[in-house]
Amino acid sequence: MRRSRWTHALSQNAGLALAFAMLLASLIIYCVIYYATQQRFPGGFEITTTVNNTMPLALAAIAQTMVVLTRGIDLSVGGVVDLTNALAAVHLGTTLGSTVLWSVLILLVGAACGLVNGLLVALGRLQPILVTLATLSIFQGIAIRVLPQPGGQVPQEYTNILANPMGPWSLIYIVLLALFWAAFRRTRLGVGVYAIGNDEAAAQSNGIDVRRTKILAYMLGGTFSAAAGLFLAATSTAGDATTGNGYTLTSIVAVVLGGVSLFGGRGSASGAMMGAFVTTMIVNILFFAHIDPLYQAFYEGLFLIIAVLLAGGIGRFMRRRAA
Amino acid sequence: MAPAVEGIGLSRSFGGVKALANASFSARIGEVHALVGENGAGKSTMIKVLGGRIAPDSGTVRIKGQEVRLSGPTDAHALGAWTVFQELTLLPWMTVAENLLLAREPRGALGLIGRRRMAQDAEAMLAGLGIEHIDPLALIEDISLAERQIVEIVRAISHEPDILFLDEPTSSLVEREVAWLFGQIRRLRARQTAVVFTSHRWNEIQSIADRITIFRGGEHVGTFTEINEDEAVTLMTGQRVDTLYPPVPKLPSPAPAMRVEKLAGPRLQGASFTLHKGEVLGIGGLAGHGHRELFFMLFGAERAASGTVSVGGREVRIRSPRDAVRRGVGLALVPEDRKTEGLLLAMSVRDNLTLSVLRRLSAGGLLRQAAERRMAQDMVARLKVRTPGIANPVGGLSGGNQQKVLVGRWLLAEPQILLFYDVTRGVDIATKHEIYELMLRLAAEGRSILFYSSDAEELAHLCHRVLVLREGRIAAELTPPGITAEQIVSAAVRDSLAA
Repeated sequence: MRRSRWTHALSQNAGLALAFAMLLASLIIYCVIYYATQQRFPGGFEITTTVNNTMPLALAAIAQTMVVLTRGIDLSVGGVVDLTNALAAVHLGTTLGSTVLWSVLILLVGAACGLVNGLLVALGRLQPILVTLATLSIFQGIAIRVLPQPGGQVPQEYTNILANPMGPWSLIYIVLLALFWAAFRRTRLGVGVYAIGNDEAAAQSNGIDVRRTKILAYMLGGTFSAAAGLFLAATSTAGDATTGNGYTLTSIVAVVLGGVSLFGGRGSASGAMMGAFVTTMIVNILFFAHIDPLYQAFYEGLFLIIAVLLAGGIGRFMRRRAA
Repeated sequence: MAPAVEGIGLSRSFGGVKALANASFSARIGEVHALVGENGAGKSTMIKVLGGRIAPDSGTVRIKGQEVRLSGPTDAHALGAWTVFQELTLLPWMTVAENLLLAREPRGALGLIGRRRMAQDAEAMLAGLGIEHIDPLALIEDISLAERQIVEIVRAISHEPDILFLDEPTSSLVEREVAWLFGQIRRLRARQTAVVFTSHRWNEIQSIADRITIFRGGEHVGTFTEINEDEAVTLMTGQRVDTLYPPVPKLPSPAPAMRVEKLAGPRLQGASFTLHKGEVLGIGGLAGHGHRELFFMLFGAERAASGTVSVGGREVRIRSPRDAVRRGVGLALVPEDRKTEGLLLAMSVRDNLTLSVLRRLSAGGLLRQAAERRMAQDMVARLKVRTPGIANPVGGLSGGNQQKVLVGRWLLAEPQILLFYDVTRGVDIATKHEIYELMLRLAAEGRSILFYSSDAEELAHLCHRVLVLREGRIAAELTPPGITAEQIVSAAVRDSLAA
């Protein structure tokens, strides 16, 4: 039985559709609660802060997606964010030349961190969870060495470009990243990443260079984590070698909410970015609902479980309808 | 002229079990060569070694006269040797088109993969080989096992191989698809490809093979151009199997054991029938016409949309396998695919056998180990499970013996009604014979058996009655003396050839 391209696209991207639905739902709830407490709708300032605050997580979520798609997991995301964030605060400097040069260098440092993970996983045949748990500590350790005390400085122009406080210009980056992902999915490397997550042995026997593909996936992941570190520095205009820690877990949350399968081979970075925004919206909702900050972690966990249960249930339902 | 492919004195062991023991095999250019033997005879291992999937412990592989060391399937591919392995190597969450064109996708602007062109190329590739019913945009996990097998075969053929290995390519195909495959094999032979295949179905082997090589216990027994089935079976088993099908016991006066009324679901359009005590009731028909749904719904593994089931005159609600195995219902399902449905491969034969009766075996929350051991040993002896011991992992046994362990587990739960779902698929002749004997013995003890098989011969020889399902309905009820394989097949395909 033949179905149209669109029917296929819809039934095969149920995870993405669900992530989008969750994003809409969280936006609506946010607006309602905001209106109830503030007697007006969120304006330009709220949108701008939300977008700027989410950018690092969106990038960390892409980093996590890269690795999760190969059926791995990258616990070192937070460590790389710490390290690159610290490097940015110490080295970006004030001249255009040094800022650009160091930005590129920091991205390369991220890629190098990913390379270490990738080599250990692909050549050392170690479990990704073990490797990245170890490198997480290592990268955090180096970060503390680079910036023992919170501080340092990021040039104002840098902040204006990456996280302009005057408007939600960073949405452009989101669009660019979504386009990047669409293109990546159509490269041999992208197909290889998905193929490995589907079935590593089968991918190997079909001519995919599994080692090379895995190493590159971890390197790209490291690079995106480094980008998250740069955006974090730009948003906070200074550095702190420990603020990045949280990104390990939140990036996994975003990936799951975004419909990426932790068993690999299914999902997309665009979904993961939506997941990142949902994660931020949950925090915003809790804030404006005047939930005691001490309970915040509790409710975040609760929302996560509800969201995953809902997503699983709706996904099963859609598949059954489509079949 | 040098043979297309040769394995000389190959040996390979897996954890102490010799799968190949100094075995040799060779196939000529432009011939179809059948490799036959029981499960565990070393056929698949030979194909895996020649196809580059596993390395031999010792021995030589020559391809087109050249000695080669294959460090992976890709090395074999480079030499023109492609394999369709028994365990399929498709990527489940990717589309048919992506699977067919993996690592050789058409690329357009900016070096990016053109999706539309990929779908067109895949469509053309399938159509070029006469396959119209598989949608290139469907995910592999959404298509049937037979369709997956076809996709796998199409992918191998599309590389225009000089040597093609097919490891049990027909085990999940129905007759029409087998005919298609044989058409392709003949076409390849005409193009000077060496085709090596394994099969358990003798009529297939005889209809297409130019030469037949027999393996037993990891060794090469002989290669023949002419050999009949009896001689082949004798060589394969090392003993004579006089009659494959044991005599069917007489049916006692009919007493209903289970009554099914208008059972319906996605593919089942309302089936009603009665299963009697001591009866072997066959269910026939083509794959995909509701058999699987019928069996899985009865067992509670799938939810029925409507209909009722009565056991022993009492209506029962079966919403999960737990309900089905409960005392008073006493259903057991023996499914086809051992690896995914039911066995814990890494655990021991004993653990697998006693899994469903642990409650009966424990006292005060602790397992009575001696009792457990005795129970497992009895069952291993009763079913003639070939295993080094009851503490050995099930994963190390041959397929047929794994199947027996699964049957043994259900027997321990003392079911009154057994659902045998295509249990002999891909099982060797000697084990098949043992399963038939067991099935008929259970019937003679007064248990009732519902038996689906994709092999119409089996149904014709072993059943008291056969119901043929077509498009989710019972299309025919055959009773002796009208039960023949031809009757079953013709009832199954009537009208559906157009579909």
